Amino acid sequence: MNINLTLFGQMIAFFFFVWFCMRMVWPPIVAAMVARQEQIAEGLETADRAKKDLDLAQKRAMDELKKARVEAAEIIEQARKRSAQMVEEAQRDARAEGERLKQAATADVEQELRRARETLRAEVSALAVVGAERILERSVDAQSHAEMLDRLVADL
Amino acid sequence: MASGFETTAEDYIAHHLVNATFGRFPDGHERAGEWGFASSGSEAEAMGFMAIHVDSMGWSIGLAIFFMYFFRRVAVSAAANPAAIPTGLRNVVEALIDFIEGMVKSVFKHPDLSYVAPMALTIFVWVFFMNLMDLVPVDLVPYIAQYGLGIEYMKIVPSTDPNITMGLALSVFTLIIFFSIRQKGLGGFLAEISFHPFGKWLLPFNLALEVVGLLAKPVSLGLRLFGNLFSAEMIFILIATMYTGLVIGLLGGLLQFAWAVFHILVVPLQAFIFMVLSVVYLTQAFDEGEAH
Repeated sequence: MNINLTLFGQMIAFFFFVWFCMRMVWPPIVAAMVARQEQIAEGLETADRAKKDLDLAQKRAMDELKKARVEAAEIIEQARKRSAQMVEEAQRDARAEGERLKQAATADVEQELRRARETLRAEVSALAVVGAERILERSVDAQSHAEMLDRLVADL
Repeated sequence: MASGFETTAEDYIAHHLVNATFGRFPDGHERAGEWGFASSGSEAEAMGFMAIHVDSMGWSIGLAIFFMYFFRRVAVSAAANPAAIPTGLRNVVEALIDFIEGMVKSVFKHPDLSYVAPMALTIFVWVFFMNLMDLVPVDLVPYIAQYGLGIEYMKIVPSTDPNITMGLALSVFTLIIFFSIRQKGLGGFLAEISFHPFGKWLLPFNLALEVVGLLAKPVSLGLRLFGNLFSAEMIFILIATMYTGLVIGLLGGLLQFAWAVFHILVVPLQAFIFMVLSVVYLTQAFDEGEAH
């Protein structure tokens, strides 16, 4: 247990191994650890950002959906209004058309009536003339009695 | 007692305390002036300074190469693929480096960690492995060396050799002096040990105080590690002398186990203390004009 050259041997070995560790071991490993740390930090940041983006997109989608729903409701409302309007219009048209048809029919009927009445009148006057002839046994001069006949016709 | 020809416990213990010493034979020896392995403890003693403990040196350097090899492998793979997901060995090494870096950063407040942190890592792991050799059963490797390889003496725990622990401590001391002078200049360093703590009128007193304080650092650093590990090794050896009969042998085995379990605590603790104190001393070397 005496102090001897081993002391210096150990010192030389110490300086060699410390130098080796300082040059060949410590820097690459620490550099790799720092690099990985940065990478992890970056990854976490990216994940964070992605999450934020997702949240934003979800919110936007929700907004769009809400807007679409509102729009759809508006469109439906409009359509309902429009259809009601159309029905009303159709009813009004139909009513007007009916009115018009009725009026036309009434006019036709009146015209027919008038015509029938004319015809009847003419026939009755002719019949009256024939009757009078029979009664008078002579021919009535149609021309000379035209005035009288006309009056008769008008009376009928 | 595994070794066959040691008859007494005394011999056994003495045998376990001799390093494999390669040195120059002293005057008066039949091979005076020649270099060779000492064949006994007294011969190793007589060699004096011109000798080297081959076992301590070999185990110390071997262990350093062992862990540096793995560190280097991790460093190469880390440099080739820095962003890879770490697995296995790389996880272990990175956790260790993270731990050391945090430790150093909490003590050493300068931004440039490039000297101190790798030094701390080297010290911690190296001392840890050297201490760990204490957990190898005391007779195992010496027995193999003696009967398998014909090596008479073999101490496998480098940190029970004061040469190794003082070698580490003096290396740290050298770094303390080097960084003190580099950071403060030679004048600044001398001023620090001369005009502190009592002003310039008591310069000799200051100098005596500071030099003692400075020298106490490596001495306490080296001797603490040596003392702890040497005493622990000694206890392992003492318990091993109990292997004489069945009952006492079993008791000895139990004690060995209990002591080894306790020693698991000592192994990393002493490594950690050595590292932290080295970092603290170097921090003081870097710090300028701070109050003690």
